Amino acid sequence: MSIIAFVLLRLSGDVAIAIAGEGAQQADIEAVRRNYGLDRPLVVQYLAWLGDALSGNLGNSLYFKTPVSDLVFAKLPITLTLGVLALTFALVLAMIFGILSAAFPNTWIDRLSLSIAVVGQVMPNFFFALLLIMLFSINLRWLPVSGSGTWQHLVMPTVALGYYVAPAFMRLIRASMIEVLSSDYIRTARAKGLPGWKVIGKHALRNALVPVVALAAVQLGFLLGGSVVIETIFAIDGLGYLAYRSITQKDFPVIQVIVLMLSVIYVVLTLLADLINAWLDPRIRVG
Amino acid sequence: MDATDTLPTARQLLLRRMRGNMSFLIGFGLLALIVLVALAAPLIAPYDPYAQDLLARNRPPVWYPKGDWLHPLGTDQLGRDYLSRLVYGARISLLIGASVIVISGLIGTALGLAAGYFGGWVDLAVTFIVTTRLSMPVILVALAVVAFIGGSLTVVILVLGLLKWDRFAVVMRSTTQQVRGLDYIAAAEAAGASTPRIILTEILPNVMPHLIVVATLEAASAILLEAALSFLGLGVQPPLPSWGLMISEAKNYMFFSFWLIAIPGTALAILIFAINLAGDGLRDVLTPSER
Repeated sequence: MSIIAFVLLRLSGDVAIAIAGEGAQQADIEAVRRNYGLDRPLVVQYLAWLGDALSGNLGNSLYFKTPVSDLVFAKLPITLTLGVLALTFALVLAMIFGILSAAFPNTWIDRLSLSIAVVGQVMPNFFFALLLIMLFSINLRWLPVSGSGTWQHLVMPTVALGYYVAPAFMRLIRASMIEVLSSDYIRTARAKGLPGWKVIGKHALRNALVPVVALAAVQLGFLLGGSVVIETIFAIDGLGYLAYRSITQKDFPVIQVIVLMLSVIYVVLTLLADLINAWLDPRIRVG
Repeated sequence: MDATDTLPTARQLLLRRMRGNMSFLIGFGLLALIVLVALAAPLIAPYDPYAQDLLARNRPPVWYPKGDWLHPLGTDQLGRDYLSRLVYGARISLLIGASVIVISGLIGTALGLAAGYFGGWVDLAVTFIVTTRLSMPVILVALAVVAFIGGSLTVVILVLGLLKWDRFAVVMRSTTQQVRGLDYIAAAEAAGASTPRIILTEILPNVMPHLIVVATLEAASAILLEAALSFLGLGVQPPLPSWGLMISEAKNYMFFSFWLIAIPGTALAILIFAINLAGDGLRDVLTPSER
């Protein structure tokens, strides 16, 4: 993973020229190359970087001239907050409509939630974000257009980011709820006279959620990557916006660390999903 | 076989299922319409999509009080006819979708077929490569690579094609595994068929339906990614009329000229809707047993 992040960025352009700036003299470029150790073989560069990274030194930003780790860890909480908020929003939306449409399949409720899912699926999220800005900031003047700091700044980004992943959850919850609701133990629960909401909320939901957990882990990783677009639109001072700025400034040590960090988070999340699934469904633990 | 006289052939059954499936019909109808518009762009577009007319900037579309039929969808911030740009933009989106699934489909199918057919260490190696690929944030890596190489239509297609093969590989691997265990593969092996022959003529046709369904999903996702990259200024470069780029160029004017972002945004949504609908329909038509 770290190799790929490293090689990909090194292969895709002459870093020394990027640092020295366009139109720099050949001598300057050579000086930069020696200063940053870019004249060494790639393998040596990679091993040096990896050795530093493992001992906690992730290098310095070429643009900010400060350690990358300081930069990245300062921005990470904002992006994680946004990611978790968006995931929560998506899950709540999907639970409400997924359960409703599973409880009343092929009714107008089912069709309404299907249309909500379809709209979320087909709308580019940056376009949806701009529509939200038009509606809530320009026309209604309820929310600030961009920036970060107060909770109001996070409302539209959360909705824009969360609505994009909600359809996948809606479909999954609806499908697995319908499957669970047709199983024998649900019929037993109904037969012994439990009220409908209790059957759905207590007996069915727990089992219908098992596949959702795995998807949630994958989607959170996806949300963190996708927040590049949303953070850039709303000028939220998080990891995604930092990534975007670093990319436009060719600040490769920063990009390298952000890509690596998101990859590590993804791996940790997948592992976490397996553990939660084992806790939810004892059969997975044994088998 | 006398039965062929009375029983419908496989082809007839397929056609019958296609006719009975609403999402397939609507999705493909809509998609065919968009493809037609893209192909006939020079005939439909009233103006050159690159021709600027600085005296006619930000003209509203015809349904606005100030709009007129000279520019049915208005003009953009450089006075270019919006209908013409929209029609030519369809070409870019469709080209991106089609080329990306060809590249990623070839890579993913090769990997998935190999993993599913051979199993063992090949399977382990492919699974490792897929997991590694899955852990990389696609949009970030794509942005970074495009920024370093420089954006162009070709670069965007190559980058997305080389990144988006994961779903092909995962689906091809599991479907190949299922087909691999069937009796007719054992029969082909017993009959002395070579491995390439078994893979190409026995397995590939049977996993094809799944391949096509994945391809529609990936085409939609590639088109959205291109739009997002172009929106951030790191995809297709101006003056090409990419829909994502059109939204990006117009976002500073959206408070006064809302149609400038609404029109390409809606076009993107309709295209993605058509592809998704056609994909859903295809899945029902091609793999009716898994409905």
